[in-house]
This record gives sequence, C-alpha cells and structure tokens, in this order.
Amino acid sequence: MVKYLAQRVVYLIITLFVITSFTFFLMKFLPGTPFQNEEKLSVEQREILNEKYGLNKPVPVQYVNYMKNVATGDLGNSFQFDNQPVTDLLKSRIGPSLQLGFQAMIVGTIVGIALGVLAAMFQNTWIDYGSTFLAVLGKSIPSFVFAALLQYYIGVKLGWLPVASWDGFASSILPTIALAIFPVATAARFMRTELIEVLSSDYITLAKAKGNSRMEVAIKHAIRNALIPLITVLGPMAVSLMTGSMVVEQIFAIPGIGEQFVKSITTNDFPIIMGTTIFFAVLLTVIVLIVDILYGIIDPRIRLAGGAKK
Amino acid sequence: MEKSKKLVFMTLLIALALIVSACSSGSKDSSDKKGEGSKDKKEFNMIEVAEIPTGDPALATDAASFIVLGQTMEGLYALDKNDKPVPALSDGKPKVSKDGKEYTFKIKKDAKWSNGDPVTAKDFVFAWRRAVDPATGAEYAYMFSDVVKNADKIMNSKAKPEELGVEATDDNTLKVTLEHPVPYLDSLLAFGTYLPMNQKFFEQTKGKYGTNSDNMIANGPFVLKDWNGSGLTWSYVKNDKYYDKDKVNLNKVNVQVAKTPNTAVNLYNTGKADRTAALSAEYAKQYQNNKEASTFEESSSWYLKFNMKRDGKETPLANKNIRKALAMAFDKKAYVDTVLSNGSITSDGLVPRGLANGPKSGKDFREESGNLMSYDVKQAQEYWKKGLKELGVKELTLDYLSDDTETAKKTGEFFQNQLETNLKGLKLKLSNVPFKVRIDKTQKQDYDISMAGWGADYLDPMTYLDLYVTDGGNNQASYSNKKYDQLIEDAKVKYANDSEKRWEKLLEAEKLLIQEDTAIAPIYQRGHLVLIKPSVKNFEEHLFGPDYTLKNVKIEK
Repeated sequence: MVKYLAQRVVYLIITLFVITSFTFFLMKFLPGTPFQNEEKLSVEQREILNEKYGLNKPVPVQYVNYMKNVATGDLGNSFQFDNQPVTDLLKSRIGPSLQLGFQAMIVGTIVGIALGVLAAMFQNTWIDYGSTFLAVLGKSIPSFVFAALLQYYIGVKLGWLPVASWDGFASSILPTIALAIFPVATAARFMRTELIEVLSSDYITLAKAKGNSRMEVAIKHAIRNALIPLITVLGPMAVSLMTGSMVVEQIFAIPGIGEQFVKSITTNDFPIIMGTTIFFAVLLTVIVLIVDILYGIIDPRIRLAGGAKK
Repeated sequence: MEKSKKLVFMTLLIALALIVSACSSGSKDSSDKKGEGSKDKKEFNMIEVAEIPTGDPALATDAASFIVLGQTMEGLYALDKNDKPVPALSDGKPKVSKDGKEYTFKIKKDAKWSNGDPVTAKDFVFAWRRAVDPATGAEYAYMFSDVVKNADKIMNSKAKPEELGVEATDDNTLKVTLEHPVPYLDSLLAFGTYLPMNQKFFEQTKGKYGTNSDNMIANGPFVLKDWNGSGLTWSYVKNDKYYDKDKVNLNKVNVQVAKTPNTAVNLYNTGKADRTAALSAEYAKQYQNNKEASTFEESSSWYLKFNMKRDGKETPLANKNIRKALAMAFDKKAYVDTVLSNGSITSDGLVPRGLANGPKSGKDFREESGNLMSYDVKQAQEYWKKGLKELGVKELTLDYLSDDTETAKKTGEFFQNQLETNLKGLKLKLSNVPFKVRIDKTQKQDYDISMAGWGADYLDPMTYLDLYVTDGGNNQASYSNKKYDQLIEDAKVKYANDSEKRWEKLLEAEKLLIQEDTAIAPIYQRGHLVLIKPSVKNFEEHLFGPDYTLKNVKIEK
C-alpha cells in the first residue's frame, strides 16, 4: 500500500508538471494582453507594463521563472485583481465551490443510488419507469435550466428559499439541488443497470436459495458489488462538481471558482489561469487516487497494485 | 476492513455536520444584520454586475473600481447632478496664472480621512507622483499625459516622479503646473486617477493597498466595508469623518453582484434589491414600458470604423464614395428600437449628446454640430454605384469585425441584412470574436469594418475628436487628413485659452471627419435601462468618472 501510494505521488508530480507546462505554452497563444485598458494604452506604456510584469522576456525565460516560483508555492499575483496573490484568490473562491460540489455529490449519490435500487428491485413496474424517466430528464436537461426554474418557482414565486446570494446554508440549497440533478441521474442509471446484472448472478440465486428475503439479498450481497462501477464514474464527477459550475454559480450569485476561471481566460489573467489549472489538476489526481483506495475498501478482493503481488 | 469503512463513513458525516453547522451559524449572523437594517429606512440595497478589481486609485481601470472610489473618495473636484465639475476638497475655485498654466488650490481645512488624519496637499502630491511612476504600472497614467508638467517624461522614464508639476507649498496649498492650458482640467480633477492618497496609511498596508476593505481608507461620503478582495458582496457605511456628512442621508448601502440579468430582476422583484444594474437588451426590451424602468444616456459613442489599409495595401474602404454609401445605408432608428431598446439613441456624429456646451451659444455640441450623416438609401445607392465604378468592380465582399456577445451577434446580422439589401453587390462576412481578439485584430488593422465604441475620458469633445489624427494611437484605420490634424492641433494649443475659437475648430473638425471624409459611420449613443424603486430619490448617474454617486440618495416612504 505504501509503495503504491508513493508510486502514485510520483505520477501525480509528473502529471502536474506536464499539465502546468502544457497550459503555460498554450496560454501564450492567447491574443491580446492582460491589460484591461489596452485599447487606450500607448505603445510606450504597454512596454512599461510588460516590463513590470515580466511579459517582455522570451517565453522560455518566463516559463523557467514561473516554474521556479511554483516550486516554492508562489503562484504570482492576479492582473485582474491588482496586487492580490493568486493563492489568496483561490482560497477565498474555492470554499463555496467545494461546499456546493460536496453537498451536490452527497445528495446526488444518495438519491441516485436509492432511485437506482428501487428501479432494479421493482423492474418493469411504474417505480422503474418513474425512476428511468427522472434519470432521462436529469441527463438531458442542462443544470442551468433547472437552476433558473428553481430560482423562479421556489425563490420568487413561493419565496421559500433565497433567490440568489451566498448567505448561509439556506442559500446553498437551491444551487445544490440544481447541481445534484446530474449525479442523481447518472447514479440512478448506473445503479439500475449494475444491480439488475448482479441480481441475476449465480451467487445471488444461491443466497436466495438459503432462504434470505429479496431485500436482505439486495442489501447484503448485491448493492456492494453494483457500487464498484459507479465509484469509477463518481470520481471525475466529484471533481467537475467541486471545481464549480460557471452557469449555476452565476445564476445564484455564488462567489465560486468556476466563473472566476472562465473570466480569467477571457481577460488573459495568466497567473489565475495557471493557478486554477494547477489546483484543478491536483484535485483530479487526488480524487482518482481516493477512488482507487475506495475500490479496495468496498471489495476486498480488489487488491491495490503492489499489494496484489504479495 | 470493517473499521476502515466505519472510518470513511464517520469522516464524511463529521465533514457534513461541520459544513452545515458553519453555514447555519453564518446564516443566523447575516440574517440578524439584515433584520436590523430593514427597520431602518436609511439602508439601500443595490445590484452590480462585476466584482471590484481594485480599490487603489492609481491602478483602477474599470467601471466597478471607479464606482467604489466615487462613493468612498473625493478629489479636488466632484461632479454635480448635472455632470458639472464643482469644487469638492478644493476650497472654492483655484487661482489661475495669466497664461493658464499654473493653478493654486486651497484644500478644505475640515477635510479628513476616515482614520482621523487631515487631508493635506501632500496627499495629492504623493498620489499623483505614484500614478505617473512607471514602477507603479498604472494603466490610467495616460490621464496625466500632456496635462500635468513632465508627466509624459516620467511615464517614459526620462524624468523622475519628483519632477511632476505638482507641489505642496504648505499643508493646505497645492500648486499644479500644466504643460499647456487645459480647458477641461476641472473634469479631470474629478476623475479617479487624480484622487489623493494617505501616504502613512498606504505604507502601513505594505503593498496590499486597495486589496480589501481593511486595506482601504476613505475621505468621501462612505467607507467601504465587508469586501474580501474578490467577493460578490460589500457595503458602504456612512463616513462620520466626512466634512459634508450632514448631507449624506443613507447609513448603509448593501451591494450584491449578480452577473445574469435574470438573477438581478428576480432579486429586484422579491424586494431584495432597490435597484438593478443596467439590463441587457433582451430584458431592457421586456421592461421598457415598466413604470419602475429608468433610462440614462451614457457618454459612449458607437460607430462603424472603416479600415483603409490592410497588409500595407489600400482596401476598398479607402474609397470615399464606398464609405459614404455604407454610412448612409442602414436604418439607425430601427436598430436602436428593435435590437437595443435600452434607452440608446441614434447618432449622426461622433461626439455624444450631453458632453459639453458651447462657450457662447450654451448649446450642446451635438445640437450645434447637427446631423452629419443620416440614413438615406437613395443617396447611399448613388454613392455605391459611383464608388464601385471608381474601383472598377461590380461586387464587393467586406469583413465585419465585432464582439461575440449575444447583442453583438444580433447587431451583426442586422447590419448584414440592411447593407446587403440596400447596396446591391455587397457581401458582408460577419466575424464575431471575443473582446481581446477584436482589440488585437483592430490594432493589427486586420479587418475591413469594425463595430467600435468610445467612452469619454473627460468632459470635452476633444476626448473623441483627437482619436482620428494621423497615426493617432486609436486611429487604427489609416485615416489621415492634414487639415483635420491642423484643426485638432489648433484647438489643443493655439486656441487653448480662447474657448470660442477652440469650440469652432472642434465643430469644424467633426464636420470634416464625418460629413466630408466619412472616416467612420456614426450609429448610436449608448444608453442603459435599470429598474429602480420609486421610493429612491436623487440617484445621480454620470456621463464620466464613477457611473453614479450615492451621496445624495434619499429613500422616501
């Protein structure tokens, strides 16, 4: 296990290095400068600003300087938010995105699994059709449509929850629901398919023959096995949820990181583009690692690399 | 294995409980605060469309930053409700030397910073020198260019910041030396880049000045609170140290950023906001007849820019008749009414309405200059035929460059339809690109026709007219006319102290640019539409500088 983890950390560092380098050079192809007011700047002034921010140096020199700073944990200062260190901006923005992503993931997985199990257990009944209908709806309608509908009907018409803003738990409920629709649909669909397959296996027939009830068999034997493929999907989904949805964050006026990242690209805010990319990459690789570890916990037969050889 | 499962489950449970409890406590605090405020009629809630990039006057470049500075800071001059610059920290009008180059200001003795320090002449000297110092990297330093003595030399590292033409002869006396007389100086002095700075406080912040509300100080009607540097909410609280605090009615203003108009309108309709920010075209159209809708004409002129040289070669737009045909062949009124519907008005010139009045006639520049380029299909077709004949072609394909926003795309389609219908043989190829790409392509002159706009840097027609001098930094279309250059030069130097002659030269220059040469085709003056509760009085919107000021806002029952 230790050897496996060490190996994965080395891979993680290599992956991060490749992603950072690739993004850095790609970013240099973006047209324009990071200066807000470039339309009104004279050539001399633009040169002075480029010098101040080190943008007049050859790209390889800029790259080496940047990598040196990143190695010491310095992600530079934002151009868009003058004098603000990128790490501070990430810190202040990531909280709401992580919270919403986490809540949506929990709600999505629990509700999704429950719907999937119900659909599989009551195959070809109205429960199954209803659950499938909900899953199709959740998959095909974009989250921002749900977001707008929830905002209008629950926030404006019924006045039950805040329309927008980031002001305590109540204001996180509607965006969480809007974000959870997709994981609900995905989890329900996966769970149904896997469970139906598992339920037709020989060992389930054996368990039934031993006199266990349908529910007992499902809970004790079938669900655990059906969860494995689902976890593979949930890993990357967790990252996409936690890195913030630009549209849902905009609709509910949430100070998250998704919208910030997109804006930094349109404004050529290089340090933020780089900082956010590095952060996303770390999050993704760490979550993939957690997913691998979870496999082992759910099904002890799956041994992690290294461990299996023993 | 059982243990590890339990561990994972417990960890998840604890994490969830922590988040929920943290959020619930936050919710209680904030709702308590709101509860207190709502009893008080001196609290105002409003929507903004963007975060505050900076609270540093030297580094501010965008509307959101200038709005914050407009509520929390005051300079030598401020704009009144009619956009007239009036003395603010300057104790009355300054003493001006005979040649119009030296100004002596007395600073109000009761002016104070929010930390209790007096506002002195030294605060201006410190702030202005810092703004023009290349080491500061202030994009708006150009506001000092060709105005305050030695500003350009300093900005180009050919002189030291200490050599800037500004001096504190004592704590209350500020002497400003100009490069040449500047007729619109008072409006510049009301602009954010000319604000003072408290050096002691600035040094205390150790390079963090203007990055959050703790690192900011005020000398104006309000103090900025609860801004964490990148958040979507903040508030303005009445400044007890402000010399004119008796005239400030509001105790607190809460600002919420809502980037989608739908959210802004929903917040407004549920009573969470007393005013929306400007609504996009689609929403503006929907609310244009609402009794709570309010429109405002901005100082922002929009026009088609004709590129006369591309890759070193002349384009078909180098032909005057082709330019005139294009400029006359679209229905501006239909465009403003159907595509924008947000209070924008058609324009037949470059200088927008409401910017400046004639020194003798008192008439608005736009009114006095008249309609220089109106919609006239018949005449457009005549020019078109003539132009095509001169070029020796029967058909023309031109690239139209614009932004990639929804409104910009609809605008492109409108112009394509109008111009192709009215001018036989024309094909307009639309190119809708992100803002940065548009600027990049315009700077490289990689376009035929570009949808361009310009906002005033000061309250004078010169801010628009000097854009098109030969090789001007913003000309970017290879327009050149010696007579035009001379008229601008005369207005800038020769008649700098003769307001009537200067005015005449500016009128003549606009006629030459639009009516005779048609270097650009005027379309409209941008307006905007907001929703504002009828109980809100004295909300003052401005053509220039901060978009609005809240100092005099009153909420009536």
